[in-house]
Amino acid sequence: MTKLDFYGIDAIGLKARDEVLPGRLIVIEGTDGVGRTTQLRLLRPWLESIGYAVVDTEMTSSVLAGPGLKRAKEGHTLGPITLNLFYATDFVDRFENQILPALRAGFIVLTDRYIYSLMARALVRSADLQWLRAMYGLALKPDMAFYLKISLHDLVPRVLQSGGFDYWESGMDMRLGNDLYESFVNYQTSLMTAYEQMIGEYNLQVIDAALPVEQIVEQIKYKIMPLLPHG
Amino acid sequence: METYGTHQYPGRLFVVEGVDGSGKSTQIALLRQWLISEGYTVFFSEWNSSPLVKKTTSKGKKKQLLTPTTFCMIHATDFADRTEHDIIPPLKAGAIVLADRYIYTAFARDVARGVDRQWVRELYQFAVKPTMAFYYRVPLEVSLGRILTGRTELKYYEAGMDLGLSSDPHESFKMFQQRIVDEYESMVGEFGLTVMNASLPIPEQQRRMRKLVLPYLKGVRRLRTSPKDSNWVDLMHKESTLEVKEM
Repeated sequence: MTKLDFYGIDAIGLKARDEVLPGRLIVIEGTDGVGRTTQLRLLRPWLESIGYAVVDTEMTSSVLAGPGLKRAKEGHTLGPITLNLFYATDFVDRFENQILPALRAGFIVLTDRYIYSLMARALVRSADLQWLRAMYGLALKPDMAFYLKISLHDLVPRVLQSGGFDYWESGMDMRLGNDLYESFVNYQTSLMTAYEQMIGEYNLQVIDAALPVEQIVEQIKYKIMPLLPHG
Repeated sequence: METYGTHQYPGRLFVVEGVDGSGKSTQIALLRQWLISEGYTVFFSEWNSSPLVKKTTSKGKKKQLLTPTTFCMIHATDFADRTEHDIIPPLKAGAIVLADRYIYTAFARDVARGVDRQWVRELYQFAVKPTMAFYYRVPLEVSLGRILTGRTELKYYEAGMDLGLSSDPHESFKMFQQRIVDEYESMVGEFGLTVMNASLPIPEQQRRMRKLVLPYLKGVRRLRTSPKDSNWVDLMHKESTLEVKEM
């Protein structure tokens, strides 16, 4: 059972409805380009092959806020607080419309990122930590959250491989360097520090993302197995 | 990022609050005219007006995609954009910013929808605390009369139809508005809102408002020095479209 355990205030009022959620919430976290999508693409068929129904969900895919957020990012007027709230709105929309219903129906929900990335990105943009904690307090605690950890040294070739440096993923809205690459380096370094600080607090399961793909997925599978219903 | 109460700016922020039909928008518009005529640089921010977020909010409302929480959040996003663009920069530059509706609108409406009271206050922690927040208090029947006269159709979320209070939009609206008023009333003490009697004649309300605002204008930069000959009554005659009695 995914217990009704929140990080903060049960802002959505789930406890009042006395819910029991038979599904499982599994989160894959880590910075851009680290290999989360690769892992999810392997985990989903595996879970389905052993008989579980799976839903996977990712950032900026909410019906409500997804398009608006993408459009806002294309412009040049998006400020850091607004950016964070847009992402937060997207998150809450997916949480209420995709994640919760799936958990109620007994699905395994594989989530590409969760509140941890949102908080890390906001912190690097000088958001107040108390504010973030309070806001994201409405999130359900996942059954397990994996943090794919990588060094900057190993990250750069992967990012180059997948097409180069993206404006937002390089923190260029803050222009942390003279060009995209320099900004990327500084931004990702700060992000990684932010993630590191969350490991203990949120009990993130650290996985060495520099290992071969097959080894990573085996580690994740091994840890997921005991959590599965009738596992 | 600074939080509510910690921002220190040379400008001044005045906001008006109250239910629809309380007359607050009329008052803030008059205040604006007066401040401009006195030589101040005035910026105006309206609820739900961020160009970045408006489309998303409209879509959400039209397609009924919004839950109480996402309704709350999309409005907070709109407010954040306005705070970062239209409120903070002018305040830092020493201008006067006026807002028709502020965070207290969110607190009233969202809590009326069942959003956790503490959570929504924490969500808006990034907001600048206003220099003064005016709450236009009006008997509910009066405000309802002003809004509903001539309006046959109430929109879904506006009437609080998502709350299932009544299948009749007018009934639902009344019940929803009552909840909102209850929230506002409890916020007067909580946030030190300045209560204004919205049943008084418009010029009298405006006179009182200006009197309350005046002391806070001390030290605020003006574009030009004080108009040499006129008292403010003359200015109102020139610039206002309303009749004003000699004071």
